[in-house]
Amino acid sequence: MKSFSYMRARDVTEATRAAQRPGSKVIAGGTNLLDLAKLSIERPSALIDVNRIPGLKEIRRLPDGGVRIGALVTNADLAAHPLIREHYPLLSRAILAGASGQIRNMATTGGNLLQRTRCVQFYDTSDRCNKRAPGSGCGALDGANRMNAIVGGSASCIAVHPSDMAVAMRILDAVVETTDAHGAHRRIPIDDFYVLPDAAPQHETVLTPGEMITGVSLPAPPQGMQSYRKVRDRASYAFALVSVGAIAAVEEGHFTRVRFAFGGIAPKPWRIEAAEAALRGKPRNAQAISTACDIALAGAAGHGDNDFKIALAHRTLIAVLGA
Amino acid sequence: MQGSALAAAVAQTGLVQAAPPDPDAARDALTGSFSIVINSAPHQMTVDTRVTLLDLLRERLMLTGTKKGCDHGQCGACTVLVNGRRVLSCLSLAVMHDGDHVTTVEGLAEGHGPDAKLHPMQAAFLEHDGFQCGYCTPGQICSAVGMLDEWRNGAPSLVTDDLSAHPELSPAELHERMSGNICRCSAYPNIAEAILAVSREGA
Repeated sequence: MKSFSYMRARDVTEATRAAQRPGSKVIAGGTNLLDLAKLSIERPSALIDVNRIPGLKEIRRLPDGGVRIGALVTNADLAAHPLIREHYPLLSRAILAGASGQIRNMATTGGNLLQRTRCVQFYDTSDRCNKRAPGSGCGALDGANRMNAIVGGSASCIAVHPSDMAVAMRILDAVVETTDAHGAHRRIPIDDFYVLPDAAPQHETVLTPGEMITGVSLPAPPQGMQSYRKVRDRASYAFALVSVGAIAAVEEGHFTRVRFAFGGIAPKPWRIEAAEAALRGKPRNAQAISTACDIALAGAAGHGDNDFKIALAHRTLIAVLGA
Repeated sequence: MQGSALAAAVAQTGLVQAAPPDPDAARDALTGSFSIVINSAPHQMTVDTRVTLLDLLRERLMLTGTKKGCDHGQCGACTVLVNGRRVLSCLSLAVMHDGDHVTTVEGLAEGHGPDAKLHPMQAAFLEHDGFQCGYCTPGQICSAVGMLDEWRNGAPSLVTDDLSAHPELSPAELHERMSGNICRCSAYPNIAEAILAVSREGA
């Protein structure tokens, strides 16, 4: 690991001012950043520890029936919180589908959203990767790409976003709350928070230097059955091949309201509202669900090893939404 | 190279303009000071900022019970309890733990030496032969202690059907909750038996 200075920030102002200096990185749970620093993939010259900043570990109900989650709430605490279990079981289940008990005790809400891809070539410093070393090429396009994206990627990057939690938050219309070094606050809908790779896959979010996530707010949950299903190589402690989160209301065998999104197949949680609209009023059967899936995955293409994900995404969505 | 020759060489290059940086100040910026309580003993430490909690335990405090397996958060061998919660000591910097209370496998038993009373989880691993080579054992035991606390506090898992209920600790629940601890000898059946036995004691 490269040497770095360390600072324990007392408040958000101190943290954001220090974090805007080139080479500085905010550290909270540290489970992803330290893994990457040990491999020299992340090479921070200064770490800004935000764990002791007061007020960022709260989960509270909002007047509109929603909930506000502090950036430092751990994955374990969020998944187990009574408000989340009762009103947002999709979020509890998505979080519990990720990582291990130990890591969920460390990983934070803000850090989970900002975790980097687990793409093999991103991790292999001897291989090409435009995300890790811009301009070096993409080793996944013509190399091992079983875990990689089938939608949303580009000619420069087909890495997937690894978070389960973010898939649930996308379905729940989460808003990411930030503060920058000048004290300006932003409320960023989670779909706008992530940027697709295009020609610059090193840019993954719209955060500016020093800008820090302070929390995530969720509006009141929509009506309907909430579910999350993760398909992976082993039953626990593995990243998704395909995951599906959904909230569906069905009356007399027909969908009245549906939201769904995929994880494991794109550079960000993949939700296409037009595909949801196509299911409204349709009978709850495999054909209707498969047609909606076609809309959600329009333009999807495998790259060899990951061709199976297109069919797997269809089957998983049918398993989640079907009768 | 002799000192004078070096000075002449440096002077020739013209690279050194200002006074050399204060080596003490440079070193201070790359170290961190903190106080930490480990197995009930307080320590005041100053270490390189890069030292993980795992390396602090093993290399500075000679508490080698905690094991380094993968050093990347994939195996669970380094699991310790921080403020009572199970975490991976390899993915945490020592300097981040100012004021924290850490319990390692060495701190689970009551007392020391021949009169020590094993923690119920340690006794159960012996009773049920919950190991083969033993390398993952300290992490398994610390993880199991933390896991049972989570379960007793009502935390759900991925395989919990009803999120509003307090689940029984079925084998499926136990396997899911312990999935962060790998045993390369695959001694899982006896590890699971040992943990289930402790869960039934209600200790």
